[in-house]
Amino acid sequence: MRRVYCDANATTPLLPEVMEAMRPYFMEQFGNASSIHLHGQQAHRAVDEARETMARFFNCREAEVVFNSGGTEGDNAAIFGLLRPGDHFITTSIEHSAVLQAAARMEQRSVDVTYIAPKASGLIDPADVEAALRPSTRLISVMLANNETGVLQPVAEIGKIAAAVGAFFHIDAVQGAGKVTLDVRRMGCHVLTISAHKMYGPKGIGANYVRRGTPIEALIVGGSHERRQRAGTANVPAIVGLGKAAELAMESLEDGTIDRLAVLRDRLEAGILAIPGTRVNGAWDGERVPRTANTTNITFDQLEGEALVIALDLKGVAVSGGSACHSGSTEPSHVLMAMGLDKNAARASLRFSLMKTATDADVDQILRIVPEAVERLRALSPVAAGTLG
Amino acid sequence: MSGGVDSSTAAAMLAHEGASVVGLTLQLWDQTRLAGKNGIPEAPKAGRCCSLDDVYDARKVAEQLGIPYYVVNQEERFERDVVRPFVSEYLAGRTPIPCSLCNNHLKFDQLLQTARSIGASCIATGHYAVNEYDAARDRWILKRPADLAKDQTYFLFGLTQEQLAHTLFPLGRMTKPEVREVARKHGLRLAEKPDSQEICFIPGGDYKQFLTAYLEEQGEEMPETAGEMVAASGQVLGRHDGIASFTVGQRKGLRLSSPSPLYVLQIDPANHRVTVGGDDELATSTLRARRLNWISIPELTAPMRVKIKIRHRHEPAWAMLAPAGDGEVVATFDEPQRAVTPGQSAVFYDGDEVVGGGWIV
Repeated sequence: MRRVYCDANATTPLLPEVMEAMRPYFMEQFGNASSIHLHGQQAHRAVDEARETMARFFNCREAEVVFNSGGTEGDNAAIFGLLRPGDHFITTSIEHSAVLQAAARMEQRSVDVTYIAPKASGLIDPADVEAALRPSTRLISVMLANNETGVLQPVAEIGKIAAAVGAFFHIDAVQGAGKVTLDVRRMGCHVLTISAHKMYGPKGIGANYVRRGTPIEALIVGGSHERRQRAGTANVPAIVGLGKAAELAMESLEDGTIDRLAVLRDRLEAGILAIPGTRVNGAWDGERVPRTANTTNITFDQLEGEALVIALDLKGVAVSGGSACHSGSTEPSHVLMAMGLDKNAARASLRFSLMKTATDADVDQILRIVPEAVERLRALSPVAAGTLG
Repeated sequence: MSGGVDSSTAAAMLAHEGASVVGLTLQLWDQTRLAGKNGIPEAPKAGRCCSLDDVYDARKVAEQLGIPYYVVNQEERFERDVVRPFVSEYLAGRTPIPCSLCNNHLKFDQLLQTARSIGASCIATGHYAVNEYDAARDRWILKRPADLAKDQTYFLFGLTQEQLAHTLFPLGRMTKPEVREVARKHGLRLAEKPDSQEICFIPGGDYKQFLTAYLEEQGEEMPETAGEMVAASGQVLGRHDGIASFTVGQRKGLRLSSPSPLYVLQIDPANHRVTVGGDDELATSTLRARRLNWISIPELTAPMRVKIKIRHRHEPAWAMLAPAGDGEVVATFDEPQRAVTPGQSAVFYDGDEVVGGGWIV
C-alpha cells in the first residue's frame, strides 16, 4: 500500500542531504568539540559552521545561538531561565504544552501567569497582550505558528509591546521555523526556540536564539559549553544535521518550494471542504488569517475524529487529531477549545500537515480516501440498543 | 486489548490464523486522577485496566504480533455511562455492577461502532463465553464457556443480536490453563500475568473511599443518608452514617452487638433505613427484574423454567420465570436464595444458554 504521510507538524523525516552531512560525525569525526586535539578541533569546526548557519537562519550573531535538545528544552529554558518568584508572565492558552506546563510550574513558584485567549480565528490580539501588562510583567511568550491550525501570530507587534515596557519576549517558533522566514530583529524577541525534527533535521536537537545580554539562567549546568548557557557535550552529528536542515529550509523559502506547498495545501483543503459538514479552523477573521503553508485543520460534523484518524491510517493516510495524552490516545485539542469549539467539535477535528516534499499525487490520494472514510463513519449510526443502563 | 493474558491471547490466536487484526485498547479511566485523595494509594498498582503498564503491555503484544494498534480515548463516555451511574446507584442504596454497564455501553457498543467505522467486520474480545448462530431459531445464542470457573456470561447478558452477530469470543471453548499455554506457545511474555479481579477504576477495591474522593473532586456533597438500623420487626437497633456503606447480605461493619451474626436484609433509600437480621432472614424466594434483554428467545411470553444467577459468584438456582407486565419479570425460586440484591443483575439460563437477563429491582 502506498502511504501518504500528512503529519509533518508532528515530525518530518531527514532529507537525504541532512543524513549525508551528519554521517561522518558518527564514526570518523567523532571528537568532542571541547577537546583541544585535532579530533576536538574537527568537531568544533563542524559545530561552528552549523552555528554560522543558524545565525543566518535567525538573523542574529553566532554568539546568540545556543544549541539544546529541542523545542521542549528551548521553551523550558526561556521560561525557567527568566522568571523569578513575584514576576508576572503573559502567555497564551494555545501554546504547546512545553510552554503551558512550564507556566503551570512557575505558578506553583509564585509567578503570576496570564493566559491570553485567541479570537475565534485562532489569532492572538496584540491589544489583549497590551491590556494584560502589569508593572511586574517580566516575560511574554507567544508562539510564532500554532501547531494545530498553522495560524501565524502577530509576533512583531507583540515584540514592540514588550519593548515599550521593557519586558522580555520569547517566541516558540518550533512550528514556524522552515515555513516562514525568521528574523529575530524584526520580531523583537529576546529568546526564540526552534527544533530540528520539525524541519527535516534529526530529533533530539534544537536551538535557542538568546539576545546578547539577556539574563537567562541556564537550565542545565555542568561544563562551560555554549557559553555556559547549556551544559553537556555538544551533540555534534545532530548539530551538523540541524545546520544542514536550516540551510535547506532557507533555500526552500527562497526557491518557491514553500509557496508551491501553500498551493497544494489549498487544493487539499478545498477538496476536503467539498465534503458536506466540514469547516476549516483558523482560516478566516474577516479576511484570510496568515497560516503556515502546509497546515489545515478541519472539523467534520457528526464524526469521532479519533476513529477517522485510525480509519485513515489503516487506508495509508497518516494525519492527526487532538493532542496525544499519556496513554497514546487523543484528547480534544486545547487549542481548538480555546478558539471556542465545544468538546465534540474539537474531537471531530483533524489536522492535515503536508511535508514540503508533498506531491500532487499525495493530495490526490488523500482526496480519494478521506471523503470515502468520512461517509463510511457517518453512515454507521450508533450500533443498535445495548443500552440497558 | 486490556494488556491482560486473555485479550492478548485472543489477538494472538486470530493473528496466527491469518485474520487481519487491529488491536484497540479503550482508555477508560485515568488511574492517577484520584490518586492520593481520601486515602487512595498514590501509585496505582499494575494489573488494572487503563494503567500505563497495561497499555504498555497491550502495545508490546501488538508489536510482537505485527498488528496495527491504537488506544481509543473513551474516558468521558465511561465516566458518564459507568462511573456516574455507579455512584448514583450506591447513593440510592443499591449495589451496582459497573462491568455490565461497561460491556453494554463501552465494550460492545462504542467499541463495536469504532471497530466498524475503521473498517473491521467484527470485534474479538478475551471474554470467556461462546456465541453462535442458531439457524432454526434465527437467533444468535450466548452460551456458557468451557471453563465454568471463568464464565463471564453474567456480565454479557445485555448483548443485542446485532452485537452478538459482530463479536468473536476466541477463548470460549478453552480453559484458562489452556489459554496460558497458548500464550506461552506464542511467546507472549505476559502469559503468567495474574488475573485482575477488582473494579478497574477503584484502586484497592474500597468503593466507599472512591465515592468520597470522587464526590469531593466533583465538588458535590455526599448526600446525608444517616439513619436507623432496624430489625425486620421494626425494632430500632442502632444508627448508621449513611446507606451508601451497605449492601444486601453484608455482615461486616454493621457495628451492632448481637448474640448471632447480623446481615443487611434491606436498604430503604427513602427513609435512610437499613434493615438487618439473621442469616435465615436473608433468603428470599422471589425477585423482580426489569430493563430486560432477551438473547435465546425474542421475548418472554409465558412462564419458563430457568436457572438464575443473581451475582457473579452465585451458583445458578432453579426458578420459574414469568412475565409481570410493565417490562418486568418475576422469578420464583425453588429454594429461597440468599441476598437478592437490588442493582445487581439476574441472568437467566436454559442449560448452557443465556436466555436473557435484567436488573434486580
